[in-house]
Amino acid sequence: MSLSSSIKLFTKNVVLLSCTIIVAGCAANSGGSSDAIYDPNEDRNRKVHAFNVSLDKKFVRPVATEYSSILPDVVEDSISNFASNLGQPSILVNSVLQGDLHGASLSATRFLTNSILGVGGLFNTAEKLRLKEHDTDFGETLYKWGADEGEYVELPLLGPATVRSTTGIIVDLFTNPLSYMVNSPERYYGTLASTSAGLSTRGRYTSTIDSILYESADSYAQARIIYLQNRRFKLGDKGTAFSADDPYSDPYEDPYAQ
Amino acid sequence: MLNNITRRTFVALASSSIAIAATPSWALTQDEARKLVDSLVAKINSVIGSGKSEAAMIKEFQGIFRRYADVPIMAQYALGVDGRRASASQKRAFGKAFEIYIASKYGKRFREFVGSKVEVKSSRKINAGYEVKTKASLRGSAPFEVTFLVSSKSGKDLFFNMFIEGVNLLLTERTEIGALLDRNGGNFDKMIADLKKAG
Repeated sequence: MSLSSSIKLFTKNVVLLSCTIIVAGCAANSGGSSDAIYDPNEDRNRKVHAFNVSLDKKFVRPVATEYSSILPDVVEDSISNFASNLGQPSILVNSVLQGDLHGASLSATRFLTNSILGVGGLFNTAEKLRLKEHDTDFGETLYKWGADEGEYVELPLLGPATVRSTTGIIVDLFTNPLSYMVNSPERYYGTLASTSAGLSTRGRYTSTIDSILYESADSYAQARIIYLQNRRFKLGDKGTAFSADDPYSDPYEDPYAQ
Repeated sequence: MLNNITRRTFVALASSSIAIAATPSWALTQDEARKLVDSLVAKINSVIGSGKSEAAMIKEFQGIFRRYADVPIMAQYALGVDGRRASASQKRAFGKAFEIYIASKYGKRFREFVGSKVEVKSSRKINAGYEVKTKASLRGSAPFEVTFLVSSKSGKDLFFNMFIEGVNLLLTERTEIGALLDRNGGNFDKMIADLKKAG
């Protein structure tokens, strides 16, 4: 595929997606954000959760533990680095969509540094050079554009999400310019590397993830509260993130308060 | 009359001097809050770096929690509004079980920081005292934020809440204890027995 036709295809898709997103954004707005949890489809979500837990127990966990213990740390890190480097162009696109030129320059610098000096992204040279890392996704772009979080959903395989972040995940499949530049089968390297990186994370944080999925009284409720807090924290969402300035954050006033 | 004034003055003087004497121990300064977290972080780093077994590390983390955290207030908060129904002896039993549970659960989490370094980055005033932010750097992943909320309202400088990448210990544990209570049909004694097995 020539560069110009790649760019044309990419632009066409972005325009098309923007239209979808405006619709999705409106749909997400009906959810409404607050520090509370909005989970009207809890019954359905709990079924998906049960599926995810059994999948983890039978497949993901054993494979990930094996993967993490067989591969030397250096190899594991290289695969994770490679996957994360391939994600940088998507971060760049989203930064631009958010009007965050500083973030865009950070991800561009990181991508170039790791692709060239880090041998195609196998080494995280940018980290060694202490270059600042920027991370974002289309879910965050939607947040910046004013779309509400929407209801909480648990996705098969992918786990906890919100309507807004789910829209973001789908759009991000298309906003990565790399997938338009690279011909198959090389374009699947990225997917393969991300899957491996996911296994690596599951393997490395076995005990943390196990404690949520298998040791808590209600793993669905734990996964939900942990995901929502972490996501709101990453977005820096002042309206919904649990803040230390909140009067209720002082348990000395009334520890039994709701 | 004179007697009366003297007595009143004496009471006023006495209470104000008590107030002055009490001030240093009650009002935590930003510096003290940072120092507390500095020393807490140094302890955590030394345990992480010690290379001891998991069981030994968790024992050490229990000691750290006892020394640096206001576990009773954390336990009360985790119990939430249900706590109003609990008897005094149930509250005591819960407090004890919660201390062991929280130290081993979060001790295990800290143990995953092996090979990392935790450092204090910034601090600021909040309602209950101070918020002290630290940064933990881990192999092969972006550094993450661990925040401690410190207060002297218990009479001692202690941390009463902790956030790991925005995940709030108190809120998360209130969800967990609530679920544990639900699972036991709202029965405190059964919930406490379950809590002793968890963590």
